[in-house]
Amino acid sequence: MKSLIRITVALLAVCALLFYTAHALNKSSGGSNKKVLTVYNWGEYIDPSLLKKFEKETGIHVVYETFDSNEAMMTKIEQGGTNYDIAVPSEYTIEQMKEKHLLLKIDHKKIPNLENIDDDFLDLPFDLKNEYSIPYFWGTVGIVYNPKLLGKGYDFDKWDDLWDPSLKGKVVLVDSAREVMGVGLNSMGKSLNSIKTNELKAATDKLIKMAPNVKAIIGDEVTQLMINEDAMVALTWSGQAADMMSENESLTYSVPSEGSNLWFDNMVIPKTSKNVDVAHEFINFMLDPKNAAQNADYVGYSTPNKAALKLLDPEMVNDERYYPSKETRENLHVYKNLGLEKIGEYNEFFLKFKMSIR
Amino acid sequence: MKNKGSVFSLIPYYAWIILFVIAPILLVGYYSLLDLDGNFTFANYKQFFTSVYLKMTLSSFWYAFLITVFSLLISYPAAYLITRLKHKNLWLILIIIPSWINLLLKTYAFIGIFGNKGPINAFFEKIGLGNQQILFTDFSFIFVSVYIFIPFMILPIFNSLDKLNPALMDAAKDLGASRITTFRRVIIPMTMNGIKAGIQAVFIPALSLFMITRLIAGNKVITLGTAIEQQFLVTQNWGMGSTIAVFLIIIMFIIMFLTGSKEKGDAQYGKNK
Repeated sequence: MKSLIRITVALLAVCALLFYTAHALNKSSGGSNKKVLTVYNWGEYIDPSLLKKFEKETGIHVVYETFDSNEAMMTKIEQGGTNYDIAVPSEYTIEQMKEKHLLLKIDHKKIPNLENIDDDFLDLPFDLKNEYSIPYFWGTVGIVYNPKLLGKGYDFDKWDDLWDPSLKGKVVLVDSAREVMGVGLNSMGKSLNSIKTNELKAATDKLIKMAPNVKAIIGDEVTQLMINEDAMVALTWSGQAADMMSENESLTYSVPSEGSNLWFDNMVIPKTSKNVDVAHEFINFMLDPKNAAQNADYVGYSTPNKAALKLLDPEMVNDERYYPSKETRENLHVYKNLGLEKIGEYNEFFLKFKMSIR
Repeated sequence: MKNKGSVFSLIPYYAWIILFVIAPILLVGYYSLLDLDGNFTFANYKQFFTSVYLKMTLSSFWYAFLITVFSLLISYPAAYLITRLKHKNLWLILIIIPSWINLLLKTYAFIGIFGNKGPINAFFEKIGLGNQQILFTDFSFIFVSVYIFIPFMILPIFNSLDKLNPALMDAAKDLGASRITTFRRVIIPMTMNGIKAGIQAVFIPALSLFMITRLIAGNKVITLGTAIEQQFLVTQNWGMGSTIAVFLIIIMFIIMFLTGSKEKGDAQYGKNK
């Protein structure tokens, strides 16, 4: 008994000491006169040297944390206990966050660099007048493939090419309901925001016919598989495809002509922010043409910053695969927030499709 | 005085059980009765009994069964062999050590080993079998799962085999039993509790495996664990996720009941030390 009490007391003492140390450390690193900015972003989605540069220019200490899905990010902000000053959600999540009042309004007067953003990417339906969000990167969903391994005769100009019997056991899909259901819907000329159950059912039935071609349904691991030539065809996002192509020269990327998804990731200020002014300062910093160009070069996704485009490698900027022309973009559609009930339905159908691959 | 002390020392235990075992189960049960808007409903249960989820439960069961059977087939002889070795504790440690390494790390290693350019395919090509698709097959899924669960199966079996009194086997031999009869009628019944504990330690986690189903099986195998993860993180339908979890808990209780020890067995035959 005595030893138990002794152990308990010792443990409590150690805890108190650790707590005090942590407190003291916090004070010295970010305390009284030094401000702290907490950025919550996707993994591998910023050039870390830009964070250093921001710290140097402003004297503000940056804490950088990452998430791997919009849903996880939103859940964490909703539950509280965090103090993120900047987050980078995709467009349909911004709609949801607006509905739940998780965002603060952005004061455009404090962001003069906003003029660098291409008008095409401003004032979009998910956030009219950009009241709550500022564009960060954008991209498409398409097919990355390896013509060297596949042989000639494949261009994936049509989604239906994925159903080609010669691709038996070769296609890798991404483990995400909206992207895969979107392939089914787009291949039938339907909207990828369809909320009609019969259309979703038809899309699923069509996808099930593709089952023999499916090699696997996985997440980010696909990058390594494509680079190592373990896989030949994959459904993926443009930036991920850019990553793969920079490592393996034989790969190429195509957005089928029937249409596909166009997405935007945007900087927002969550209501948990404790340093709203610094958050504005950071957004303005990231919109600076030089910084935006450096970031786009590092991350590989397409920047909405028209001033930055001039500073980027022209070969990249003129590449239709990364920067599709305005006409091509007409065929691309942005995900709408369909509500949890419809998202549930999408996932039920996706599960049914997943159960059919063997 | 002594009595008071033991009551006091039990408080942390009860607090732990109530906070981290009973309360979560009750919460899971409560959430399973809510729909997306937080209204009371039985719809989640109705949905569980649709073909998709029933099929998933069955296939989940089937794979967990296969994983358990293969683990047992490998672990029992291995545990038996180890008890016969000179430095048995050293050998046991060598088998346990891999289980200290992070599960994901081991899984990622297998992606490389089974890949088209991995060592196994290099070997296949050398002996003229040609390049085989190993990753994203049933085989790779069961292989990796069995590899991960083997230590959990070996430990309880080893313990029960180790406690076995060798004199009993000599006695069986003296009374005319063949080696097979001895194994079947003496050794197996007396190590049954170890086998049951091993099955519990493998079958139940195998039902709720989830990262491996994606990384190694490419989602061609979907377990109840995967479905729960998806419902909570992607669909954000906590009600449906909880409903699947409720069925998982029920299945676990059934397994525990079926493999529960019946208070007889190796204790009284224990080797005197």
